[in-house]
Amino acid sequence: MATQVVMPKLSPTMEEGQLSRWLKKEGDKVSVGEPLAEIDTDKATMEAQALATGVLRKIFVNEGETVPLGAVIAIIGEPDEDISALVAKAGSSEAQAENKQSIQESVKAGGDGAPVELARVVPDGARTQATIEGEPLKGDVGGDAGSEQPQPASAGGNRQPPPPTKQAPPATHEGNGQGKQPSDGGRLIVSPLAARMAAESGINLQSLTGTGPSGRIVKRDIEAAISAGQQKTTAAPAVAAPPQPPPPAPDAQTTPAPPQPAAAPQTTTIKPAVEGASPYRDEPMSVMRGTIARRLVSSIGPVPHFFLTTEIEMDRAAELRRSLNELDAEIKTSLNDFIIKAAAVALVQHPMVNASFQDKSIRFYERADVGVAVAIDEGLITPVVRSADRKSVGQISREVRELAERARARKLAPEEYTGATFSVSNLGMFGIDEFTAVINPPEAAIIAVGAAQAKPVVRDGEVVVRQIMRVTMSCDHRVIDGATGAKFLQTLKKILENPLLLMA
Amino acid sequence: MPIITMREALNQAMREEMHRDENIFLMGEEVAAYQGAYKVSKGLLEEFGDRRVIDSPITELGFAGLGVGAAMVGLRPIIEFMTFNFSILATDQIINSAAKMLYMSGGQFKIPIVFRGPGGSAYQVSSQHSQALESWYANFPGLKVVMPSTPADAKGLLKSAIRDDDPVIFIEQERMYGNKGEVPEDAEFTVPLGVADVKREGSDATIVARSLMVPIALKAAEELEKQGVSVEVVDPRTIRPLDIETIVNSVKKTNRVVVAEESHAFCGVGAEISAQITEHAFDYLDAPVKRISAADAPMPYAKNLEKLAIPDVERLIAAVREVAYLD
Repeated sequence: MATQVVMPKLSPTMEEGQLSRWLKKEGDKVSVGEPLAEIDTDKATMEAQALATGVLRKIFVNEGETVPLGAVIAIIGEPDEDISALVAKAGSSEAQAENKQSIQESVKAGGDGAPVELARVVPDGARTQATIEGEPLKGDVGGDAGSEQPQPASAGGNRQPPPPTKQAPPATHEGNGQGKQPSDGGRLIVSPLAARMAAESGINLQSLTGTGPSGRIVKRDIEAAISAGQQKTTAAPAVAAPPQPPPPAPDAQTTPAPPQPAAAPQTTTIKPAVEGASPYRDEPMSVMRGTIARRLVSSIGPVPHFFLTTEIEMDRAAELRRSLNELDAEIKTSLNDFIIKAAAVALVQHPMVNASFQDKSIRFYERADVGVAVAIDEGLITPVVRSADRKSVGQISREVRELAERARARKLAPEEYTGATFSVSNLGMFGIDEFTAVINPPEAAIIAVGAAQAKPVVRDGEVVVRQIMRVTMSCDHRVIDGATGAKFLQTLKKILENPLLLMA
Repeated sequence: MPIITMREALNQAMREEMHRDENIFLMGEEVAAYQGAYKVSKGLLEEFGDRRVIDSPITELGFAGLGVGAAMVGLRPIIEFMTFNFSILATDQIINSAAKMLYMSGGQFKIPIVFRGPGGSAYQVSSQHSQALESWYANFPGLKVVMPSTPADAKGLLKSAIRDDDPVIFIEQERMYGNKGEVPEDAEFTVPLGVADVKREGSDATIVARSLMVPIALKAAEELEKQGVSVEVVDPRTIRPLDIETIVNSVKKTNRVVVAEESHAFCGVGAEISAQITEHAFDYLDAPVKRISAADAPMPYAKNLEKLAIPDVERLIAAVREVAYLD
């Protein structure tokens, strides 16, 4: 039976794709899992894989051509099969619209957008290890890229395509760190009383299992959670958390708050949907935090930015960098690597900045995964240095260089450029003194780093020359208040001016 | 305090009020010479004479209308229906005349009338004679609807109904005439209309019950206490005006409600109570309001089926356990 190959959805924002290169030509034999073509999306170059075994009978899209999502790009069939009906249908806008709709429904249903029965793609890297015999790709192939693959039908001679209703497994490249609710597939059922009690006592309903009919969360479940929470805090006095879960966001501008304890009694850590992204916990938002969020958004748009600028003396960091690089020809750290490391260390000390606005809650990340803005010919991409706080400057340096290279070649896998918890953008190499960067949602902040330049400054009453670098932090005011951001910048400045702290 | 039957309590109420106000008269089928089909008017003819205790022909629409006219010119009639099933014949006078006269006359004619008689199920009197019609009358602005559940309430409420300047539908449960209870002798004892009574206090669930359902709810509450469930029983006593405040306060305390009623569920008083609880106490509900009503079918004649058609102690216990998530 002949099968259409359609332009699949390869990134969350993809509306169309450019056929970069055909890897097969008309008349070639193809089998399930074999790469058919390279496709340029708005983010990366990906491979489209054959989902059917047979002969590539017809190609509709030339290399370099751009077609919308769902457009038929080829037909695979038996060598002598009559495909005239499919060919006639292929160019029609109805066929494209129909395919696109099925892709969108698949996305809505939590699928990865690849129409299961039509075509599949894998990011580079997965292909070399995947078999081309049509065996299902295993989750551990290609850095987990394979785990998003629908299971293809058996590659036997008289294959049936998988039934169209078959659900594609949840995408790993779909998420951007926000992930899905744990109650995936059904909404949370809560009695009105239980909902009110949970709101009043700051209990995260997502963490509870209801004991009422159909798993309804009822009064006794909340009471049990409250007493369990109290027991936990009394049993573990070492945890510096008050018995009632505190609103996660004291307004630092009016109430200087002590550093937030990382642990809260009522929340559990959730594994994110994006492979390799930081685990996090969601804490219910305080009423004040909710009001601040609403008011600010109504003022200046979905992500209410504000900006904080500071000057940082980079002499010691520059000196340390020079010494380090002189030790070994293999070590090629940049000042930016120090900035990434320092930002990551500061993030861990300021959980409010390593966070994300989640409508009803604030999400606190456990790790500092720093996105690094990389300019490429076509635009901008932010590969992520995971757990940057725990990596050495040298390691960060190697990773950033490797990621940037692949970014320029547009060979990054989606999970390599999504799910950061904070970003760094540096235009110092362009001689920019100072600028503001736009936050990459759902992150709560980004720092814009200017060039470090020798400038006269006053120190101890004397005019001296120092390497001065201006850093401007853009903050999501729904999460971060002025004082919170300022304290973070203070820490960042302290570390960069005293880079030995990175050894502490 | 003397213990008397509900029948005697109602009789006392009429007697005391007729002594107090000579404008009051009683009219209905068999109320005088026969002393009432259920003996509620026993001794009244002898005591007040045939100008104030009047046997009517078998014509509900006629004597109900006569009562409305009498009320318009200043008398205070008590119209007895042999049962409320027969009041169906008189609904034009009750709904179109009594309920609307004050409004349509621009306040010139108040209608201080009481329509009273037995209602609800009896014992094997079948479909046409076993109906609980309170939701009909409670639907109309202009009428008050009263349903006592104890002899004391019956006396106090009937006296208030007679003294009230608006038309009052006063439904006595046919099975309850012989129920006994303490009743105050004081001629000035009344129970205000529109005030519910907490018949039993509890903390885990509320049963809102009226009329015949009150003793059944109290029995269920007793049983449930043995099972460790504390049930509050609220008797609204007056269906209209409804004392929703007392009901809501109880719901705020217990978070779970069962409404028990002898009438059909659909468009019933239980539906109204349920809706008002949702409106006023939504955030206090831990479970959906549960209604236990009569079977959605005409009342069967067969004794075994009749028993199954109306709520009983077992069904109320099961309903309370359900809303308390115990089963």
